[in-house]
Amino acid sequence: MAGLSLENIDKNFGSVVAVRDVNLLLPDGQFVCFLGPSGCGKTTLLRLIAGLENPSRGRILLDDEDITYIPAHKRNFGMVFQSLALFPHMSVGENVTYSLRVRKSDKNTRRQRAQELLELVKLSGLINRHISQLSGGQRQRVAMARALAIEPRLFLLDEPLSALDAKLREDMQLELRLLQQRLAVTTILVTHDQREAMTMSDLVVVMGPDNRVHQMGSPLEIYRNPADTFVADFIGTSNLMDGSCIGSREVMVGRTCLEVAEMPDGMPLDTKVTVSIRPEEVHVLPGVEEGDNRLHGSVSFVRDVGSSVEIYLDCSGLQIVSQSTPKGRPAVKQGDQATVVLPPTACVVLRS
Amino acid sequence: MIGEKPKGVRAHLTLAYPALMLGIFFIVPFGLMAAVSFFHRQPGGFYIPGFELTNYKNLYTVLFGRTLVFSLFVAGLSAAVCVSVGFPFTFFITRMKRRAQVVWLVFLMSVLSLSEVIVGFAWSLLLSRTAGLSNLFVWLGLMDRPVAWYPGFVALLFGICYLAFPYTVLVLYPPLSRLDPALPEAAQTLGASPIRTFFTVVVGSLRNAIVAAFVMVFVFTLGAYLLPQILGRPRHWTLSVLITDAAIYQTNMPLSAAMAIFFMFVSLALVALTMMIGKGKKLRTA
Repeated sequence: MAGLSLENIDKNFGSVVAVRDVNLLLPDGQFVCFLGPSGCGKTTLLRLIAGLENPSRGRILLDDEDITYIPAHKRNFGMVFQSLALFPHMSVGENVTYSLRVRKSDKNTRRQRAQELLELVKLSGLINRHISQLSGGQRQRVAMARALAIEPRLFLLDEPLSALDAKLREDMQLELRLLQQRLAVTTILVTHDQREAMTMSDLVVVMGPDNRVHQMGSPLEIYRNPADTFVADFIGTSNLMDGSCIGSREVMVGRTCLEVAEMPDGMPLDTKVTVSIRPEEVHVLPGVEEGDNRLHGSVSFVRDVGSSVEIYLDCSGLQIVSQSTPKGRPAVKQGDQATVVLPPTACVVLRS
Repeated sequence: MIGEKPKGVRAHLTLAYPALMLGIFFIVPFGLMAAVSFFHRQPGGFYIPGFELTNYKNLYTVLFGRTLVFSLFVAGLSAAVCVSVGFPFTFFITRMKRRAQVVWLVFLMSVLSLSEVIVGFAWSLLLSRTAGLSNLFVWLGLMDRPVAWYPGFVALLFGICYLAFPYTVLVLYPPLSRLDPALPEAAQTLGASPIRTFFTVVVGSLRNAIVAAFVMVFVFTLGAYLLPQILGRPRHWTLSVLITDAAIYQTNMPLSAAMAIFFMFVSLALVALTMMIGKGKKLRTA
């Protein structure tokens, strides 16, 4: 099986557990994001893959070859660090071709390759510049060009865009994605920014504060069908309602019975569950209207940010957020009584 | 007007104090010495004010030339030894845990509390034939019979490096501990072995700090006066010994002043040269 495979990976630093029981299979040529909050072990996992740390347990296979204990300098991976780690005493050209110099290629080859790479990252003409003379975005590109110089088997990026301002970051996200598609190199990006993960990746690996992998899947799959309450809460915003399973398609939330389209397999009656529903799937009607899958409550706050409207409702103690477009905005204001409609297809049932 | 700089006399008052101290303790004595170096020496007496270049002409002797070259050589060699041992040493300290770093730094600082005399005699004992380290090596079976490593050039070098080493580490410690740990890691992911990483990235990116440490030890050891007399033979005496000899034992103040001034200019020229070499390298890579 071509690709990168992590088997039963654990990593401890003394008594601190950084990565717990990770099993992943990342197919070739994909753009993968490791997504999670600070301290969830995503950077450690990337460093394990890069060979900068050794796992406490488990193996790492690349195209069926065991690379667990191969030192970093023999792996032929390209890595972009969070601090970028550009060599301050070398020019742009020398930075970019450092890996070629280490591999003893001659001067002309190096110069040619440097020009190719700088063209690739749109920095032609800056080959003789000093690193201190570059802007943040330009440094970013140099770091990428340097990591790509030897046509790496894996391209690893550790939150490389976190230091850039919002506008530049979005441009770079797009550019990085296009670059990856052009080169078809398997890429792993570590980020805590879910928007970044959603825009760029083929696959998202969500890690939680318990240092485990919670879910792996395409961005849309993870958004629509979160595996557990952590993923539902971390990716975007979710309305999470605690309840218990009372039928093959019914969940009791408070004193309301909710019908759901799908129930996880093998869920016995009376199991504690959480129903997750995205704010944009929640409809709000003015006044009290009876019907199935409806909750009643009062509008506690309306946030109108222009591009969208968020309505916060208090349904007898349960806080629900609904999001709609300005055109589809329900005719309610703060303090009004309202009805919340939760379509069965939008309700995702998660084990508590 | 909070935050505005005080203007006029008050602003200059704060500068006046360091200027005064610099004047009293540095410029005036240096000026006196410079003046004395042109004075006329009275044999059997002291000196009388005047202006002549005789003292500088009298420097032109084999002994002075040889001692000058030897002093610069000893200082340069000890600086090279201190930096080449101190740099990797400090690098490993900065990679240790915080507690271990503190212990090492405190240990090095405690070496500074020893007087030069104590250090000199301790080394003379350790390197002697009768009670020195060679006896230990004989006992361990590494050597046939005890030998004297003192007095001699090696003993002198040991002593000077021992004294200068803590300063080397203290100068190198801040830039090395500020070194981004991702730099050597980046070099490794790019295919450089740990040794190659050390020389191309760690040493390379800290060249300025290395030059600074080298110049500091060089200047520090130029003034070595006690250790050459304790650990060396007369031919290992440095210019400082010669200057003291001229000033105190021959009561030839003008000659010793001329020696000191000449020595200072040669040293300054060498320091400037070292700095230029450091900068020149930087320009070429830019």
